[in-house]
Amino acid sequence: MFAQLVDGIFWNIAVLVFVIGIVWRLISVFRHGTRKDLAEPRGSAASGALHTNLSRFLPRGEIAGKIKLHVIAGYMFHVGLFVLLLFAAPHIKFAEQHVLGFGWVAMPYWLFVLSAQIAFAGLLILWLHRVLHPVTRLISRADDHIASGLVFVVMLTGCMALFESYTGLRIAHRFTVELFMVYFPFSSLMHAILFASSRGYTGALFGLRGVKA
Amino acid sequence: MSTALERGIETLKGQIDARVESYLSSCVHCGICAESCLFYTETGDARYTPIYKTEPLRKVWQQNHTFWGKLAVKMGWSKPMTEADLSDWEELAYDGCSVCSRCTMVCPMGIDIAYMIRKVKEGLAAAGFVPSGLQEAGKRALKLGSPMGLTEKSLRAALASQEKEIGMSIPIDVQSADYLCMLSSNEVVGYPEFIGSITRIFAKANVSWTLSSEYFEATNTGVQIGDSKIAAELSGRIVAAAEKLKVKYVISPECGHAYTTIRWDAPNFLNRKLPFKVVHIMELLDQLRSEGRLKIKDSFDDRVTYHDPCNISRRGGVIDQPRKLLDMVAPNFEEMDEHGDMNWCCGGGGGVSSNERAEPLRLKVFDVKKRQLDDTQATTIVTACSNCRMMLEDGLEHNEMQQDVISITELLANHMA
Repeated sequence: MFAQLVDGIFWNIAVLVFVIGIVWRLISVFRHGTRKDLAEPRGSAASGALHTNLSRFLPRGEIAGKIKLHVIAGYMFHVGLFVLLLFAAPHIKFAEQHVLGFGWVAMPYWLFVLSAQIAFAGLLILWLHRVLHPVTRLISRADDHIASGLVFVVMLTGCMALFESYTGLRIAHRFTVELFMVYFPFSSLMHAILFASSRGYTGALFGLRGVKA
Repeated sequence: MSTALERGIETLKGQIDARVESYLSSCVHCGICAESCLFYTETGDARYTPIYKTEPLRKVWQQNHTFWGKLAVKMGWSKPMTEADLSDWEELAYDGCSVCSRCTMVCPMGIDIAYMIRKVKEGLAAAGFVPSGLQEAGKRALKLGSPMGLTEKSLRAALASQEKEIGMSIPIDVQSADYLCMLSSNEVVGYPEFIGSITRIFAKANVSWTLSSEYFEATNTGVQIGDSKIAAELSGRIVAAAEKLKVKYVISPECGHAYTTIRWDAPNFLNRKLPFKVVHIMELLDQLRSEGRLKIKDSFDDRVTYHDPCNISRRGGVIDQPRKLLDMVAPNFEEMDEHGDMNWCCGGGGGVSSNERAEPLRLKVFDVKKRQLDDTQATTIVTACSNCRMMLEDGLEHNEMQQDVISITELLANHMA
């Protein structure tokens, strides 16, 4: 019964909330607009926005040594997660059968295990840093912990369900994914989309001033 | 809820636009900004983490613009903002932040944290939570036209003294001159040699310029307080003086926030494009250099380093010009390890220098600049902001350091052919 709900109505609701939630959130962010900058520009806002969007994937050299843990663990988690999401065999099969109608080459088992280990290690290091370091402990909100916890549970159930040996494990994974999708639009997980506009606004402002931010 | 608190909260609500929403929505609370902030690195106090200084804005945004925040308010789960909250953040925003924007340069999400701290100040100012030193400076600026209380009489006395010293007359209220040069009160009172220096350089380079007796003050206490109305009023006075004299350009003197305000913010405060161009004195001097109108007769051979004023370099885009000028006159120039758009602040920007209460903290965070200066082994520090110059002199004296501090304009005037 629960499995039918998870594969059926729960999934439909999760997709609906995910899509409508993201659209609603984007509208709520951008509906206020911004005032046009009337200062005479020295440089281009567009190239500034593009520059900042690309440059912030790597830390500034002046500060890189102080934030090695953030950068290494951050890349471990994000790269590991996206490799799992895009190249795990069950995900490709799901995309082919239910979403896109075509598939692509899946990664071998050993690479799945390696990616999962890297992603788990990155996530755990980031979370431990969040709760142990005085700065992150002070500025973190419940949302940050919930988001980390949800991603952890989704990855854990995903690993357990890899071989799809037990329906229960697959259902557990799909259910946690549905929870993740429902939570996503209303949380800091939206940074996965809004980082681009955030970087863009700053890059545009600095670009007008002739500064590469 | 008191009227002042209500006014503060409403003002904070009014600061939220798409840009602020993007910033607040994309922050993952990673804490990287702390490592860029001298108030954190030099004290180790987590409360000085830049993004934490924006907490009042985040709280107002969360309670009014997010699903969970609205739900929490409806269910009575979240605490409303109190005067005590704003009082706590007064110290963080005014004493513990020089709005240097270094945090903005390192945020992986690209959040302009300094921009948001400026927004927080708007709310604090509306609620009346502004340090008394800044409040008084604001009143003097509005009433007398100078945050230090200088009047036209004070200006004319400084000009007369400089005219006597350099043996030249200083142009004032010249109609249709090409350039109107603004000054900071700091320069008039503390560093009047700057006025003599530009007079000598401009005479040699045949620059058509003038001062205005009606309004000479370049600084803007409204920006430091975070009060857009005062900022607009003071910016408007510069524009009115320039329009009255029918000049083509307005020169920002050696003052960081004055440059950012006149060059980048004034059109937005006044909601119109300016009928003249704004240049920083470094930009003009570099232009004169490139045109061969500014030549040097001898070099300054001390070991020299350059302190980038945050608002001129990082937030203003004037980074190469002072270096080209120094290259012409100072053969023993040594860069600090972190410079240009990643310089470390002197600690006195954003109104901190006008906030007497913040002095012990300001001198504590100067430690980072002390380390940088020690590393360069420079005997002379050159800068392009009179406020930075004053803060550097103060920090050097506090640390019993022996370096000299000089304005780049004065250095050039002293070695000009």
